[in-house]
Amino acid sequence: MSSPTIQYEYRPEHFANSEPNKYTAATLRREEMVLNVGPQHPSTHGVLRLEVVTDGEVIVDVVPHLGYLHRCFEKHAESLPFNQIIPYVDRMDYVAAMNSEHAYVMGVERMLGIENDIPKRVEYIRVLVAELNRLASHFIAIGTYALDIGAYSPFLWLIRDREHILRMLEWTCGARMLYNYIWIGGLFYDLPVGFEERCSEFIKYLKPKLTELQQLVIENKIFVQRTAHVGVLPLPTAINYGCTGPVLRGSGLRYDLRRVDGYSVYPELDFEVPIGKGEVGTLGDCWDRNWVRVAECRESLKIMEQCLEQLTQNYPRTRDFNPQAVVPKKIRPKAMDFYARAESTKGELGFFFRTDGRSDVPVRCKARACSFHNLSVIGDISRGALLADLIAIIGSIDIVMGEVDR
Amino acid sequence: MELTEFVIKSLVILVIFGLTLLIAMYSTYGERKVAGFIQDRLGPNRAGPFGILQPLADAGKMFFKEDFIPAQANKWLFIAGPCLAMLTALMTSAVIPFGDSIRYDGLEVAVQAVEANIGILYVFGIVSLGVYGVMVGGWASNNKFSLLGAIRAASQNISYEISMGLSIVAILMMTGSLSIREIIEQQHGGNWNIWYQPLGFIIFITCAFAECNRTPFDLPECETELVGGYHTEYSSMKLGFYLFAEYINMFISSAVISALYFGGYNYPGMDWVYAQLTSAFGDVAGHNVATLIGTAAFFAKALFFVFFYMWVRWTLPRFRYDQLMNLGWKNLIPLAILNIVITGTGVLFLKPIITALLN
Repeated sequence: MSSPTIQYEYRPEHFANSEPNKYTAATLRREEMVLNVGPQHPSTHGVLRLEVVTDGEVIVDVVPHLGYLHRCFEKHAESLPFNQIIPYVDRMDYVAAMNSEHAYVMGVERMLGIENDIPKRVEYIRVLVAELNRLASHFIAIGTYALDIGAYSPFLWLIRDREHILRMLEWTCGARMLYNYIWIGGLFYDLPVGFEERCSEFIKYLKPKLTELQQLVIENKIFVQRTAHVGVLPLPTAINYGCTGPVLRGSGLRYDLRRVDGYSVYPELDFEVPIGKGEVGTLGDCWDRNWVRVAECRESLKIMEQCLEQLTQNYPRTRDFNPQAVVPKKIRPKAMDFYARAESTKGELGFFFRTDGRSDVPVRCKARACSFHNLSVIGDISRGALLADLIAIIGSIDIVMGEVDR
Repeated sequence: MELTEFVIKSLVILVIFGLTLLIAMYSTYGERKVAGFIQDRLGPNRAGPFGILQPLADAGKMFFKEDFIPAQANKWLFIAGPCLAMLTALMTSAVIPFGDSIRYDGLEVAVQAVEANIGILYVFGIVSLGVYGVMVGGWASNNKFSLLGAIRAASQNISYEISMGLSIVAILMMTGSLSIREIIEQQHGGNWNIWYQPLGFIIFITCAFAECNRTPFDLPECETELVGGYHTEYSSMKLGFYLFAEYINMFISSAVISALYFGGYNYPGMDWVYAQLTSAFGDVAGHNVATLIGTAAFFAKALFFVFFYMWVRWTLPRFRYDQLMNLGWKNLIPLAILNIVITGTGVLFLKPIITALLN
């Protein structure tokens, strides 16, 4: 056995086969260069691959290439009963699984026509865990954004605070990230005894931390310099691309499905929908998007406080309360096309179902992923920016590749 | 006589060299501990008590990793890059006076490898050569990210060297000497340059951050944009050399800062200490002990600045490339020139008046 001396032989044709590009040497101008950012790049937040055409450090064009994390969610869903799809929904947006579950479960419940039978306590618990998870997701978004900008410490501070949330959610259902907690017609379990107290303690702990975060990151002079006037997303463009969530609200439209659709118990709760105002830069820049996220964290705390109040006073824990009381034995909706949507942490998460009324599985289950639509705007807003700005823009859009590729 | 002097000198050189390496090695450990402290975690604590053996474990890991050279890289330059970086980093410590002098057998040997009357110029010359290591390594990797990092490093270091040099000019105008030892001697008795050159100090330390490629000026190697910058393709001890060179540079620049602005081995009340020691232990032993205390003071100052580097690194975000250039060319250079003018006015007009008043 002779050992080969060349470890890897470079063949340009292999490169062309494995990495299909929109731009080739023939279509580029002399001073331009194709820079492949990703799929193994530290700050593309997963396996996003961006084909970046640069002129020096100035970006001429960005072409996102997707599909590196494609796991056939929609095809899987076509061969699974409705209740068994929930764990797959968890794995779409894996940093905000509760919110995805909530959206999906509401859709199926409405198809079955049982959405009004759900006990109020269940609804409040659902909103409580969803808002907890929204906090966790926004912490990841802001923390990794600070990391992209070059500040390392805020990331770990936020991960530390997120850990409290994950421990609490683990307490409710046994899993740290992929919960399968919200069931069609109910919940896996009632909240564990003592959860309400621990949760209100956590809220008390978190409030000063959020102020600290705002002072350390959002109002930092270098942070403002890096994010103000960068990646400006005008409102018409945001609407045309179908952006939702903090990306759209950062551009100045007060559009939040929790208020617009008023699903679950959100109409009974008192909270604001923060929007970007262009305080330090242009309306719709990276700073606005991040400021909206921090403000939303505050609003989530407010919602959680109200939920806890309801759960301890109006709908308290009783010995004979069964969170699975309304869970249907057999989930077979009538033949219909149905679209259900909810405000996930990154925007409008929708599920389109087509059922034939004869089987327990959906004929078609299409997910409208908010990250996917938000990501599509990247080419438009990063042209003419610097390479460092591109990283800032990706981070400010806050994508989760599990949801983009599904 | 000749031999003893030679032996003592060799010992001093060896000790300084070894100490530089040791401090660079333990600043990697220190950095991780400081980071752990700032980020509310423990930092390395597995290798030995308090993780004190962590640098050795890291070095061992570095040596045992595969030494990979990319197929399309320019092999000689790829190897030359980290060597150059390490060489230039190690050469600078030669002219820095770490202490006064050691008396032995009627001889007086300075705690300094070489006493050069152009010490400052030597440091600057070597430091500006240091960018070659980065440039050569980045270019030879044949990787676009490395190339961008190398270009950034080159332009950043060149632009910040100008304002760094200009901020030094003000000090040279005050002291009238290029020898670092002489500059330190003139700061004797609490007469530190920082009192006269606060603006120059701020400019100098900003430029020192940029020269060492430390946050907020770590654009050449910024992980989130350029993967690893100029050392993306490096692995094993070649990568180790680059990282190590950065820590040596950090220590050396901290030493230069404390020598130029904070009195080097001078410390408050040193004359009193010297008098006490010489009366207690005699002229030779007392002098040597006093020198050692001075050296300790010097190291304490330098290590404080090393800590300062780390503190800033784990607190601030990174600048963007154009903001960095704007800061360098549009803010720091005019400020440095202004500082020269102010210092010149002070030296020409104010100093005679003050001396006249004092006498």
